[in-house]
Amino acid sequence: MDKFLEIFILWPMAAFFISLFLPKSNEKLISGFSFGVVGLHFISIIGFLAYWISVGRGNINIQEFSLYKSENLHYFIDFYFDHVTAVYSLVGSMLTFLVITYSRIYLHREDGFKRFFYTILFFYAGYNLAVYAGNLETLFIGWEILGITSFLLVAFYRERYLPVKNALKVFSIYRIGDVGILLAMWASHHFWHENVTFEKMHDINQVQSHLQGHALFGVFISIMLLLAACAKSAQFPFSSWLPRAMEGPTPSSAIFYGSLSVHLGVFLLLRTMSFWEQQLLPSILIGTVGLFTAIIGASIGRVQSSVKSQIAYASVAQIGLIFFELALGFETLALVHFAGNAFLRTYQLLVSPSAVSYLIREQFYHFESKHQNIETHFSKKLEYSLFLLSIKEWNMDELLDKFIWKPLKHMGTLLSFLNSRNVFYFVIPTYVIGLLVKITSYSIPPFMLDLLPEIYAFLGLLLVFRAYSERRNVFVGWTLILMNHFWVVLAISFNDTLSLYETIYYFTGVIVAGLLGYTVLYALQKKEAGIDLNRFQGHVYEYPRWSAAFLTACLGLAGFPISTTFVGEDILFSHISYDQVFLAFYLSLGFVISGITLIRMFARLFLGPHVKRYHAIAQRSS
Amino acid sequence: MKHTIDIFRVDNVIHHLKHYLPSQAPLKDFIHHNTLHAFQDRKFFQAITEASNIFGYKTSLSLSEYRMLFLSGKIQVGVLEKVIQSRKGKGQQEEWKQKMLQGEYSDNFAGRRSHLRNHWKDLYNIDLDLAIQPFLFRFLCSYLDQGIAIWRFPVWNKGFLTTIREMERNTFNSFFKTPRARKLLMDRKCEIIDLLQILVGDETLFEHYLFDQQFAHPGWSGMVSVIEDTPQSLLDARRISLHDLIIFELLLEIDQLDRKFGENWLPLGLRIEKKPEHLFANVEVTEYREVLHLWQEAFEWTYYDQVLGGISKVTVRNEEVRKVDFQALFCIDDRECSFRRYVEDIDPGAETFGTPGFFGVEFYYKPMNGKFSMKVCPAPVTPKYLIKEEIENKTTKKDFHFADYTHSLFFGWLITHSIGFWSAIRLFINIFTPRLSPATTLSFRHMDRFSRLSVEHFGHEQPEDGLQVGFTVTEMADRVEALLKSIGLVGDFAPIVYVVGHGASSVNNTHYAGYDCGACSGRPGSVNARVLCYMANHLEVRQILKSRGITIPATTIFLGALHDTTRDEIEFYDDQFTDAGKNQLHLKNKEVFQKALLRNARERARRFVTISPKLSLRRLYKKVKDRSVSLFEPRPELNHATNALCIIGRRDMTKDLFLDRRAFMNSYDCTIDPEGNSLFHILKAAAPVCGGINLEYYFSRVDNLKLGAGTKLPHNVMGLIGVANGIDGDLRPGLPNQMVEVHDPVRLLIIAEHYPEVVLKTIQRTPELYEWFINEWVHLVAIHPDNRTIWRFEEGSFTEYMPDYQPDVVGNIEKHFETEVDNLPVFLIK
Repeated sequence: MDKFLEIFILWPMAAFFISLFLPKSNEKLISGFSFGVVGLHFISIIGFLAYWISVGRGNINIQEFSLYKSENLHYFIDFYFDHVTAVYSLVGSMLTFLVITYSRIYLHREDGFKRFFYTILFFYAGYNLAVYAGNLETLFIGWEILGITSFLLVAFYRERYLPVKNALKVFSIYRIGDVGILLAMWASHHFWHENVTFEKMHDINQVQSHLQGHALFGVFISIMLLLAACAKSAQFPFSSWLPRAMEGPTPSSAIFYGSLSVHLGVFLLLRTMSFWEQQLLPSILIGTVGLFTAIIGASIGRVQSSVKSQIAYASVAQIGLIFFELALGFETLALVHFAGNAFLRTYQLLVSPSAVSYLIREQFYHFESKHQNIETHFSKKLEYSLFLLSIKEWNMDELLDKFIWKPLKHMGTLLSFLNSRNVFYFVIPTYVIGLLVKITSYSIPPFMLDLLPEIYAFLGLLLVFRAYSERRNVFVGWTLILMNHFWVVLAISFNDTLSLYETIYYFTGVIVAGLLGYTVLYALQKKEAGIDLNRFQGHVYEYPRWSAAFLTACLGLAGFPISTTFVGEDILFSHISYDQVFLAFYLSLGFVISGITLIRMFARLFLGPHVKRYHAIAQRSS
Repeated sequence: MKHTIDIFRVDNVIHHLKHYLPSQAPLKDFIHHNTLHAFQDRKFFQAITEASNIFGYKTSLSLSEYRMLFLSGKIQVGVLEKVIQSRKGKGQQEEWKQKMLQGEYSDNFAGRRSHLRNHWKDLYNIDLDLAIQPFLFRFLCSYLDQGIAIWRFPVWNKGFLTTIREMERNTFNSFFKTPRARKLLMDRKCEIIDLLQILVGDETLFEHYLFDQQFAHPGWSGMVSVIEDTPQSLLDARRISLHDLIIFELLLEIDQLDRKFGENWLPLGLRIEKKPEHLFANVEVTEYREVLHLWQEAFEWTYYDQVLGGISKVTVRNEEVRKVDFQALFCIDDRECSFRRYVEDIDPGAETFGTPGFFGVEFYYKPMNGKFSMKVCPAPVTPKYLIKEEIENKTTKKDFHFADYTHSLFFGWLITHSIGFWSAIRLFINIFTPRLSPATTLSFRHMDRFSRLSVEHFGHEQPEDGLQVGFTVTEMADRVEALLKSIGLVGDFAPIVYVVGHGASSVNNTHYAGYDCGACSGRPGSVNARVLCYMANHLEVRQILKSRGITIPATTIFLGALHDTTRDEIEFYDDQFTDAGKNQLHLKNKEVFQKALLRNARERARRFVTISPKLSLRRLYKKVKDRSVSLFEPRPELNHATNALCIIGRRDMTKDLFLDRRAFMNSYDCTIDPEGNSLFHILKAAAPVCGGINLEYYFSRVDNLKLGAGTKLPHNVMGLIGVANGIDGDLRPGLPNQMVEVHDPVRLLIIAEHYPEVVLKTIQRTPELYEWFINEWVHLVAIHPDNRTIWRFEEGSFTEYMPDYQPDVVGNIEKHFETEVDNLPVFLIK
């Protein structure tokens, strides 16, 4: 049976790779292939579930292969199957199957027909990886795949401004969620003294015994998980990305933002429930966030005058309630709620264009000129204020802007004295000093040595900040991000001995991606004078292949699960001891911001309205 | 043309703006019109050049597209040479041909618009549009919303700006972040010019600035302008004006700038070094443009030549007396073109006519239980009559997926736990076996076939909504007479005369109204068909008609019907006769219609690549019907796509021609209209209606991104009045890509059968009508009724035209449907 389960999980991934090689012009083949793959998958899941129920619904854990093993770190892929997985995989496969069937005709003749299908397949592979994951590391791989496919589908209409802008927004918020998972992974490593599986986490006695003496760590992990769940499930204060993600073809919005992707935060909480449930503070926090989001989500939803944003906020509010149900310990209720919400919103999104004819007919036959609702009974001042507040989405965007994006930009601006000419005069000497110190470490006083990892990690982080605000020179931005990796490795090496093997493991991905990126940038600059990062340039119109290559390079450099660097990140984290919260924070922040910077770089160069005007270009406001 | 508005006058500029903004009405009243109507006072080629240079539209195919068409034979070299010769003179042929085929030009569709306002970003490093538009659109949409939001806009029935002031006065949550903008808002004397003084400073730039600003979101501005001019286009009326919108937007801009720079910043006009070129300054037609224009003409005439060649080869029938089994009136709509051909083919005794599908009866229609009445005649007409539907127990089915309560917190909670699961089943069913649902727009639901209609006005009915209920006998007789005379049906009446309106059915289609009958203001034509039949069957009406020279025999009856162009189904009204012989006859005719529909569906199916042509006729028919109820089908039918012709004349002229559903066809008999009076009425309607449809298709096709609505797959419904991409985008007027992708952008060719001198006099009767022809927005050809010679209208006069094309004679046209998906050439049917 175990073998069967493995095939199950890896099947969509294999299908994704095959779909990349299907001929672009053969719609029938592409859509038929996807239909067959997911349809069969759906049927086998039903079969498997029947079998699983008949043998007593036991939990299944399969330790798959190791990706990396050393004395203090064992990085392995692990799968787990229980009732939560059962529900998520059944709902997921059913909806994906229906949406793919729907899209076979819907997408007919659309530019990017193939792109749509392979992205959905990739998404489906990531989804399965996440819901079948047996440990956080495996889940994180699926999680990241969902992030990148979300970006690609929101920006499906890549020649327009708004989809690309909103795709970046969605991606950035997902990245914030990633900080949560990265830090949760690091902390749980110290908490459990091993790479813990969910199976073990479900052992309440184990959790209890570990919590004694590490209570604070327990709270930290739970809060980081909550952060990740909030970002992914569009809870306060991250809700505003959800309606803005509705830029792709309607079925993709339905499956991602109506149903599956947006409920993954709930999944993360369900998965780790036995862990955070044991602690009062996180439970209260989860309940509060959920309830608060439910209330403001519903109030924002009430004033939405476009169909899709109305559905999005209605869904956000329901997910808030699911969080609340979880906090109260109603696991089954939450699972039922998830499934019902996913089905309802998917269908509502799919029929959303019908709203025009249906509601106009309703209006035609049942019109009342003055509407009564609860708010009519409020005082005028309260009514107007609440209405405007809801129209402004409770200023959530401004909140994020004020506390996250503005400070980041500000940091970068402070560093703007480092320009393309002088930046390397600062960077290289400091690095060389660091290297020398490393080599001759015996001559440094110990308290200095203790500080060095933080100092170097922080300097590395500054490079990322600088890259984040770099708008003119693409090469400077690229180089700074690349160098950050070197600084981080140096910083960690002050901490603990990094073996050569580990270093090579980490750098292989970085260097390959870095070189690939340079090549594309160089080639692009030779062809197109004046590439910069000030605006979207849409070069994918002429150079789709370079665009794909550059995206790969960006993902590699950002440490996505396509290269060894992804595991390398985890290796680095394993060398951070439990009392170095700052170091862990600098590192994760660095990864997160470099990820955003890189994807934005890609978007600015290759996506958006084309700078060349020899063909029709969409309005910027569309 | 030189515009020098040195002294800025707000009213003039707003008027000017409104003229150029898109004028598409809210979705429920989708009416086709010339997208570039503002340029119609100029010659077509001059106009599209100006529109392109000023607003950055792509107004023709690109050079490479034309060259591709040439290589694939869709532009004939002979025609191309002729075009060059007529436009450039004899000696120039080789030189221009060389330029067209090999000349190196780079396409460039960047306009002057936005040049001024771009300086905010360049000089002040501030992105005003990004900061303001999302909020502005959301607020505007909430204000205009017709029924999506659950919490309706709280201030009711005041003007836009008054509403904003009222809210600003009573809120803890200001519109603005800085004091100055707030103060300016509350100062009722503050006008556009004062705000522009703060923002721009230089009066000569004001107009340009407003154009830049409003054309940054032409969709919303255009909608506001339309609602301002025709408040009745919203059922739930709203008071708004472009003026108010501009003030609000200017205030938001000042607020943003104050927020960034404090109150001391230099107006834009004082900081720019070089003034941008005047928006409406002269536009030079460059050689590149001339090349494009030559290509366009060659493209058009390649097709026209086929059609005219075909017409010249049609054999003139002997005026033998044919036995007429039945007669049928259809709409002039291009979608009825093939249906008529099949009806005539299956029953050679059938005689068909074309006329605008409101059948000359103009009125508002109020269905049973309706709270409003809807116009069912051409949009420019304002009828004085009301027709009411009467029937007991009329119910409409509901669908909870659109209900408010699914979005609320607590009911939503209950629903997701319960009927949320029903959604999954519904989705399964709908995807694998598409079927009718309450969400489907079905043409037959427009009017219940068992209902009564209040057609006749007996004198005692009270007026309703200021309209007379029903028509008096004389009013009826006038309308029947005018209709019959205009199509030339004044004698030889068959036992049954069918009057067939048309409508369309679809689901998940925001542009559903654009699929129905254009002559009925985007509604199905069933009521009109029934109303006309009632009138023509009325004994007193017939008596009056007799006195006016039209004798309808007592044995003749008029019978209403509706053809659903998407589903290819037909429904007959009031078809229970006491006379058994009539019943028999009707049953026989019904079969003819049914067979014709089947074959019509097959002809249509060839364009839907997703339906295999190898299927049996029945299965294919089922597939075609399924499209109208499939949620996932963005092309239920192809509507007016590929339209290119409008033929006004006797059916004999085109009866043997295969025109591939590309022609609007209006029946007209010049022999009973020597003065061209009926012709004038036909042209007066056909030029703007068919021309409008044709040009909207043309522009949506050549620039689907700016002049069309783009692909419909990501569309989001905004306030039930329009569609946008995503939630922060501007409204997208124009036609979505799925409607126009198979359309060849050629102008309409009107072919009228009459003496050229009569046609010339007719079109010159009003300047509005003449403008269409003299400015070349539509082409015109007259067919000489005596000898079928062809006369082309050019530069104000008719000259004889000799077509080169020799049409193939084809016996079985249907074999082409199995292999061809593109436009077919004109054939002569054996």
